[in-house]
Amino acid sequence: MITLPKFRHVVGAGAVAAVALLAFACAKRPSSGGLLSADAAKAVYVAPGQYDEFYAFMSGGFNGQIGVYGLPSGRRLKTIPVFSQYPENGYGYSEETKPMLNTSYGFIPWDDTHHPALSQTNGEDDGRWLFINANNTPRIARIDLTRFETEEILEIPNAGGNHGSPFVTQNSEYVVASTRFSVPVPNTDVPIAEFKKRFKGQISFIRADEPGKMRVAFQMLMPAFNYDLARAGKGQSNGWMFLSMYNTEQANSLLEVNASQNDKDFVAAVNWKAIEACAQKGVLKSVPASYQHNFTDEFTRQAVSQTITSVPQFEAKQCPGAVYFMPTPKSPHGADVDPTGEFIVAGGKLASVIPVHSFPRMLKAIEDKAFEGEFEGIPVLKYEATLAGEVKNPGLGPLHTEFDGKGYAYTSFFISSEVVKWKLGTWEVVDRVPTYYSVGHLMIPGGGTMKPNAKYLVAMDKITKDRYLPTGPELTQSAQLYDISGDKMKLLLDFPTEGEPHYAQAIDAKKIKDRQVKFFKLATSKAPFLTRGEKETGLSRDGKKVHVRMTAVRSHFSPDNIEGVQVGDTVLFHVTNLEQDWDVPHGFAIMGAQNGELLIMPGETRTLMWIPRKIGVYPMYCTDFCSALHQEMQGYVRVSTPGSGVALSGVTSKGPQSAPKAEAGPKQ
Amino acid sequence: MPKPARLLVAVAALLMCVGFVLPLWRVDLIAPQYPEGLGMLIRINTVVGVKEQDLNSINNLNHYIGMKHIEPDMIPELRYMPAILGVLVVTALGVAALGKRAVLYAWTVAFAGVLAAGLYDYWKWGYEYGHDLDVETAIIKIPDMTYQPPLIGSKQLLNFTATSWPASGGWALVLATILIALAVWKSARPPVAPRPLA
Repeated sequence: MITLPKFRHVVGAGAVAAVALLAFACAKRPSSGGLLSADAAKAVYVAPGQYDEFYAFMSGGFNGQIGVYGLPSGRRLKTIPVFSQYPENGYGYSEETKPMLNTSYGFIPWDDTHHPALSQTNGEDDGRWLFINANNTPRIARIDLTRFETEEILEIPNAGGNHGSPFVTQNSEYVVASTRFSVPVPNTDVPIAEFKKRFKGQISFIRADEPGKMRVAFQMLMPAFNYDLARAGKGQSNGWMFLSMYNTEQANSLLEVNASQNDKDFVAAVNWKAIEACAQKGVLKSVPASYQHNFTDEFTRQAVSQTITSVPQFEAKQCPGAVYFMPTPKSPHGADVDPTGEFIVAGGKLASVIPVHSFPRMLKAIEDKAFEGEFEGIPVLKYEATLAGEVKNPGLGPLHTEFDGKGYAYTSFFISSEVVKWKLGTWEVVDRVPTYYSVGHLMIPGGGTMKPNAKYLVAMDKITKDRYLPTGPELTQSAQLYDISGDKMKLLLDFPTEGEPHYAQAIDAKKIKDRQVKFFKLATSKAPFLTRGEKETGLSRDGKKVHVRMTAVRSHFSPDNIEGVQVGDTVLFHVTNLEQDWDVPHGFAIMGAQNGELLIMPGETRTLMWIPRKIGVYPMYCTDFCSALHQEMQGYVRVSTPGSGVALSGVTSKGPQSAPKAEAGPKQ
Repeated sequence: MPKPARLLVAVAALLMCVGFVLPLWRVDLIAPQYPEGLGMLIRINTVVGVKEQDLNSINNLNHYIGMKHIEPDMIPELRYMPAILGVLVVTALGVAALGKRAVLYAWTVAFAGVLAAGLYDYWKWGYEYGHDLDVETAIIKIPDMTYQPPLIGSKQLLNFTATSWPASGGWALVLATILIALAVWKSARPPVAPRPLA
């Protein structure tokens, strides 16, 4: 043991050298915004077995999903499939979930998710639901946060690119979606050059306060611009919606140049309470349309896709007082309302200032008729009349602003790659931190609501370059976590994200974690092909269709060996997981299946369709490591030539079972 | 019987009524995979899970070792127990009303007998349940391993720690037993002083 002190010296010297190196590295490329690495590590460390303080829901962009992360650790907890098929759990592959992805264009296996929005009560995130948009084929989904599952999807008619969406009013009365692309309404075969004459923009108000009943309450036709992000008014401005728009030049090609001509575009102030009053007076017309509403009932767990054939619609100018345009520099992206509801902050991508409109000044301007003109019958207010102030020289490329509820705003700057903190009222910049690199949106838990919980800020970066181990041409996307509890913002953590998060929501975990569904109750299940126990299993043939009612329980399927299936049959495996305990899913897969697998939650019934194309014996097995004898959880299906005379039969633990005469159709 | 003793017996009878409503015994099972635990409550007329699905989960797990399913309908004792407790309560009230020491003694002997029989029966049920394994279908077979839950206290059964203990209703019966014992003690005749010789 004489060598120990020496050894300690060596370690000590090494540590000093390492610190020196680190200091050098920091000087070269700041990695923690001035915070010592050890302190930053401590701030984001969540000990094994401990929980994160926040759930963060980050859109997956082009993966069509939502990533669920814990904050401050940045650990990924789950992927919620929304608009994309998800092989991991059979979403969009099982017969029960396929209808969720049905649209007026047919089954669509993919979309592009951008802006998650939590439901609100009294201007505060309540943790009941999460809404998110499909950008490409316009839809809005509602995700239930007791099950972390997409429960409802509504297609939006007359929209092209559902980007400015969804934005929730302070009591979740409406979820608002505007169209990015103006399109012909109704969409038809017209020359694109007739854009100004034939194309229309629209803003849809969707009623979404009752599960299963999402519907377009009204759709307001607007001039043919490009519509972008929005926020609902709150507190004093409740009843209004503020939406940004660009391409007021009404260009239809080379928008990069042609839509960047005007010094100012608009933020639209939409008075939805006034529209409700107009609706009472019969302004809405029921216009023919065709779009899908998909919903999964909690008890049948079978998605149903219904076609809706009309939409209540009106032209903005038909309802005086419904919309005012506030001129805003320049090609604005965000239109963000502060927690008091007084200020509307616009992020003009090409603007050299951050303009802030005042809601009371806007009301006064309307009263004083301080208009500089009108656009297609919509009054355009004077810029100076609504302006509260401008943040001067804030940075380059302002995009999006959130608030801490303590009088400060935080704006992301894409081009200068930074987050800038500034003071509402004095419009002074008080702090700025770099992002790595090119931040898009930023997010503060509750930062878009009346009650921000402003401990952290998350920046969602578009470029990562040298920040992580490289992974070929496509690099990971990245989020960065900043501590904003003090005067100065401090970078705590970089963490990689799935897909490309455009925007995120975060909420105190307490509002969600204790309300989790642990399993589905067999006793109350109304699944059409439910099998309550092994005694109810069975096989039946209906022409070329074979129904297999199967059960899965640790560690066997019943029946496990099946004979009498013929080449070209459509076999429907209706598998019920008999477990009634948390975290005991079973999987089901069969060799050569062309769609996917099933991942069946306890008490759930899921159906896999399988069309065998060759004779032979096909293994099937449980894909989720369920128990000590998971590897034994398997069986075979014998596939014979049609007319071979092999009787349809299955083997259960109670012995062989032949197909009953009666068909095992859906349970009534 | 002195008045306090009669009162004690009456209170004991009322305490025993608690056994109709609250569970008598509780068995908890904890394993690495079940940090939240599984548990059973033995009530006067049934066996239920501590959480709604616990009994179902315990039965599911027990198929690995070939144990019989615990189905309250298959345990005949549960059908008689309410009546037995009912008779004990009514007769105890009778004892308190009559106030005869001899009757108290006789009743106490019967009561002790019923308690002993009950505990023996519960032990025997546990014994059979833990020993009578279906070797044909048992998946996990460990030579000489049995799975009898403890009557009282803790025991390791494979990956589960089983803990068995009286539950609230059981404690009420324990308290009633103590009161009866006190009543017997209070009723005992004072030692007869030797008569002075004339």
